[in-house]
Amino acid sequence: MTFALEVRGIEKSFSGVPVLRGVTFALEAGKTLGLVGENGAGKSTLMNILGGGVQADAGQMLLGGVSHAPRTPADAARAGVAFVHQELNLFPNLTIAENIFLTAFPTRSGAFIRYSAIYQRTAELLREVGLDTPPDTPVENLSTGQRQLVEIAKALSRDARILIFDEPTSSLSARECEQLFKVMGQLRRRGLTMIYISHQLGDVLRLCDSVVVLRDGIVAGSGPTREFTADRLVVLMVGRALTQLYPSRRGSARSEIVFEARGLGEPRVIHDISFALRRGEILGVAGLMGAGRSELARILFGLDPHSRGAVFLEGKALHRASPTERISRGLAFLTEDRRHEGLCLDASIADNLMLVALRDFARTPLKLLNRAMSRATLQKIRERIRLNQNARDEQPVRTLSGGNQQKVVLGKWLLVQPRVLILDEPTRGVDVGAKFEIYSQILELADGGAGILIISSEIEELLGLCDRVLVMNRGEIRDELSRPEFDRERILQSALPAELFS
Amino acid sequence: MESGSARPTTTRLLPGAAEFFGRLAQSDYLVLGLCVVYLASFAPFTPGLLSLENLGNLLQSLLPLSIAALGLTVVLIIGGIDLSITAVIGLTSVIGAKMMSSSHGWLADSAFAVPAALLAMLACGAAVGALNGIGVTVLKLPPFILTLTTMMAVSGFAVWLTKSRNIGGLPEGFSSLWASLWFATLLTAVIAALLHLLLARSVFGRWCQAIGFNSRAARVSGVPIQGMTFAVYVICGVCAAVAGILFTAQAETGSPVLGQRVLLDVLGATVLGGTSLFGGRGKIHWTLCGVLFLRLVDNSLNLLSLSIFTITMVKGGVILAAALLDAARSRLTISRK
Repeated sequence: MTFALEVRGIEKSFSGVPVLRGVTFALEAGKTLGLVGENGAGKSTLMNILGGGVQADAGQMLLGGVSHAPRTPADAARAGVAFVHQELNLFPNLTIAENIFLTAFPTRSGAFIRYSAIYQRTAELLREVGLDTPPDTPVENLSTGQRQLVEIAKALSRDARILIFDEPTSSLSARECEQLFKVMGQLRRRGLTMIYISHQLGDVLRLCDSVVVLRDGIVAGSGPTREFTADRLVVLMVGRALTQLYPSRRGSARSEIVFEARGLGEPRVIHDISFALRRGEILGVAGLMGAGRSELARILFGLDPHSRGAVFLEGKALHRASPTERISRGLAFLTEDRRHEGLCLDASIADNLMLVALRDFARTPLKLLNRAMSRATLQKIRERIRLNQNARDEQPVRTLSGGNQQKVVLGKWLLVQPRVLILDEPTRGVDVGAKFEIYSQILELADGGAGILIISSEIEELLGLCDRVLVMNRGEIRDELSRPEFDRERILQSALPAELFS
Repeated sequence: MESGSARPTTTRLLPGAAEFFGRLAQSDYLVLGLCVVYLASFAPFTPGLLSLENLGNLLQSLLPLSIAALGLTVVLIIGGIDLSITAVIGLTSVIGAKMMSSSHGWLADSAFAVPAALLAMLACGAAVGALNGIGVTVLKLPPFILTLTTMMAVSGFAVWLTKSRNIGGLPEGFSSLWASLWFATLLTAVIAALLHLLLARSVFGRWCQAIGFNSRAARVSGVPIQGMTFAVYVICGVCAAVAGILFTAQAETGSPVLGQRVLLDVLGATVLGGTSLFGGRGKIHWTLCGVLFLRLVDNSLNLLSLSIFTITMVKGGVILAAALLDAARSRLTISRK
């Protein structure tokens, strides 16, 4: 049996903290391996070692039987390791063909790019990944899903021996996911070896031949996919059985309306949006990517303008109030874009957690901070959100895993005790354990009487958490379901473009 | 602990040394330490470096520069830049002198001449700062190009006001107080202490830092970015005006080209101290140390009778080294996990 990749006893520590402890597994040529584990289990570090971003402290890797110890990402790429990243590494201002051949342009007399050649080759590659777009299309005109296909085409252009997908579906719509899976199936039939990293255990079980589960830097379980179920994967990942995916709800919606939108509109963004959120209610917003859900959230929070309608918080119109004003009146917003809008990645955990609530810890006249008070509060909130205990307060947030970063974003809003919390994709890229903790915090807040508006692309999540779900499609609310009416099919039908059914 | 961006360092080869230099490079007192080392190694063969008179001169030249650099530090922390500082110094000098000069001053020999002139000078700095602030927040211009144009316009205006002539005959009371070492030192200390409190201990400082690190995240978190940015540019303008007052008193003339050459000193000293040009990172005492080091180099090389060209080249080298250190520092912060 030939192995495309053998990993033997890989060890790695950062500043004395072990991240990988003797990781060993093998991957048969032409097969797809699913790599799962909680945030912080060591998946990214392992892939970084494979991809030449960092070097292992001990252990060995064999790529097609030959020792593989890349010192740089370029080394790894030459050896045939290619990545399709969670965050895409394409240049939006360049065309598809230019992106694909950026590091290896075929030239004429050493200086002039042979465009006809790269267009022809790109067209072939695009056919392979099922993308029907001219090679000279600028990447900025493509959707996220299409860009991902370009990334795959780029990897194929370099005769990759192993293609690694790192959370490829986290920003794709349901339909784009299907397209991606179809392409992956074709590549598999062609004999390409792939590693698939995802928190979507269902996808892993469906796509992969074998599975490796990492927990705290060790291989907690591995074997052919048929030996695993989603439940067993969760047990291996978390180290204990999660009896339920969603925490149980104690309170329920009250009668009093806390947040309301009436006839909200903005040309080409959203159209005539009206809803009323009650105290203690969890209201979900379902829909496809581009349905206007995030845009609605940004308008509700005052980040983007709207031309029609009005928003009311506790009965009072918000008119053109700035986010700052809205926050002081009890509104909070957890953005979908954790890295660019949720956190100051280079600032410390403490500074990020305290950012919104800062004013509550200030004394006049210079608004000096009461350090003892803020330190005590910091300790309390860290325990409440169950942040990684090894992390120091002054450590930059950048060094935390995705799940812990998201807990910091949630924590900073919990500190101001919001009356209404808007959450946009609160568990994107977050592992099962951290998800459960985030859900618990959301429910606790609702039980305390806050209104919750939660946007999610995972229908299961909305069905598990919400009292009521709105379905958005092309900037409008198409459907509304209360808990007894919850129906996955009905939500999907309202969310999908109407022409599919006509 | 996942590490997206960890780079290989030399840690494995020389754990002790790398750790030591890592600590040293990130220390708050690195530049102060460099000053001491520099002084110790130059004093033996630089006649008069440690003489009381020279130290007095050094301090005197240091103070206005420090005040201007402190204002700039705050602007750099929010990720902006202000190139109009030296133009403000020139304009305040001209306006002040025009008002209080005993020969043809607008308020010549009046009892209110000095206080009125001081107020007008501060207002001048605040006005230019406000102009910059409005340009950055309302017109959304990039601070570099905006403050470059304010610099040109303001210094042009100052030259036009004076028809290129220096204005003498400043009141005795003005120069003797504002140029006196104890008063200027006290003033600098008060401004530094106030800004330190603001930056290190107050809401204002945390907000500045958040804006510098990630202004989009700061906006979502409710930081009043527009107001803050405006305030920061006004603070910088007022600091430049105070520096202008000190420079004017020291020179005993109002001149539009006063401080024309200090822009790179101010910017260089601030970066030398460790304040990042990319925003987010910066401290008041870093900047004070940076100014001290740069003035020390300038002063000692002057005493060695090197030409101004040589001195400028050496200073350029020192600032380049500081910029390299800044880049190395941010790499270290990332790899230390």
